[in-house]
Amino acid sequence: MESLIVLVPLSVALVLLTGWIFWRALAGGQFDDLERPGTDVLSDDR
Amino acid sequence: MNHREETYNYTVVRQFAIATVVWGVVGMAVGVLIAAQLLWPELNFGVPWLSYGRLRPLHTNAVIFAFGGSALFATSYYVVQRTCHARLFSDALAAFTFWGWQAVIVAAAVTLPLGYTQGKEYAELEWPIDLLIALVWVAYAIVFFGTIFKRKVPHIYVANWFFGAFILTVAILHIVNSAAIPATLWKSYSVYAGAQDAMVQWWYGHNAVGFFLTAGFLGMMYYFVPKQAGRPVYSYPLSVVHFWALIFTYMWAGPHHLHYTALPDWAQSLGMIFSLMLLAPSWGGMINGIMTLSGAWHKLRTDPILKFLIVSLSFYGMSTFEGPMMSIKTVNALSHYTDWTIGHVHSGALGWVGLVSMGSLYFLIPRLYGRTEMASVRAINLHFWVATIGIVLYIAAMWIAGVMQGLMWRAVGADGTLTYSFVESVKATYPFYAIRLVGGLLYLAGILIMAWNVWKTVAGARPVEARIPAPAYA
Repeated sequence: MESLIVLVPLSVALVLLTGWIFWRALAGGQFDDLERPGTDVLSDDR
Repeated sequence: MNHREETYNYTVVRQFAIATVVWGVVGMAVGVLIAAQLLWPELNFGVPWLSYGRLRPLHTNAVIFAFGGSALFATSYYVVQRTCHARLFSDALAAFTFWGWQAVIVAAAVTLPLGYTQGKEYAELEWPIDLLIALVWVAYAIVFFGTIFKRKVPHIYVANWFFGAFILTVAILHIVNSAAIPATLWKSYSVYAGAQDAMVQWWYGHNAVGFFLTAGFLGMMYYFVPKQAGRPVYSYPLSVVHFWALIFTYMWAGPHHLHYTALPDWAQSLGMIFSLMLLAPSWGGMINGIMTLSGAWHKLRTDPILKFLIVSLSFYGMSTFEGPMMSIKTVNALSHYTDWTIGHVHSGALGWVGLVSMGSLYFLIPRLYGRTEMASVRAINLHFWVATIGIVLYIAAMWIAGVMQGLMWRAVGADGTLTYSFVESVKATYPFYAIRLVGGLLYLAGILIMAWNVWKTVAGARPVEARIPAPAYA
């Protein structure tokens, strides 16, 4: 199954990339306040 | 320049929104035609271009990429601007994505009936069109992520995470699966061969379901359900968990399309296990969406747009339960290659993707034209009921037909010979194909009602140049 030589590393790389983006978002404070973003979206057309 | 930067780019949103309705009518009409061809093969008219084998990929491409794709472009461009309080990164690139995508659709509508195909399900288009898709998609990514980068609020709303994951992943899927060596202008050969090609194809195919038809439309759901309900999403933390759990676990569900084939056994089992795991994040998201209405259930009685959105979530929950069950090898032994699969797909496509798109457009279109609601709210209600009855007829017919086919194919007599010939199962399916056609006709009637309603709303209305409001906090 040579195609797995492409697909497995690609999937591992994607998971690592996803993990890195998650970590960056976490460290950058994206998930510090998980109440306000939910209500803010309701007032975006005022 | 400064004046433009103070307003949202609604032009491209309007274009994609109208295109969604137009391609919806076309794609669903082709679907009804091929459903009728299964009942009355004479409807091929002896013309190769109108034969089932060529129109079926035209139907799938039209409803997934033309209708669904345009709906995703329209809503993602709208949501990313509104939640980031910023105009799209580039008007020119956004216009290119619209006209480029329409060119892809027209090219598909010409080449597929002519018989030009790579023979890969949901990736049939030949290499020149594939290249154009790749270009459009890169432009889409630049516009979308560029807008995220110039946002005026620190937080990136959860819907944008879903749209972003959809855009990134579809780019990778398309490039890996469409890798081919051109032989002539309209003929190419996949760089993978045999079972390898099948593995790559279904790695693509199922992730296309996961990221094109799920993640993208979840982005839509996380914006339009709270907006229409006038309430914040039930649990914002759950929406964040939903996103990351779905993204981390989706990639390896594809092999369930290749149970009992030449694919190695362990890869099949891996596909089944990942498919079963997906039940958790899927239902987390479904519950999160539906519970947004908790404490305001009475709104469902009077608001037909909410009916669209909430019933779409119910179908999402149903098909994300059914899918993992069908990926179990023993269940799959009964269901695979039968019309049960067609029923499952349409419960997701008509029920989830279709209804959530239509509900979102009913919210969106009046706002793009400076109106508070659609021209006829009663027509929205009528559309909802016609479409829902159509879906129920369609999937119930296909469920019964599929299980019946599976049982007939596997039935053996005492001496070990098959009880039924294949054609006997086809004959037994005939009445269910008729019921499916009625269901499809109702669904098509629904989108025709929508097209009329959109026309009444848009005709004579003035396109809006909406000013960007100051964010609540910066």
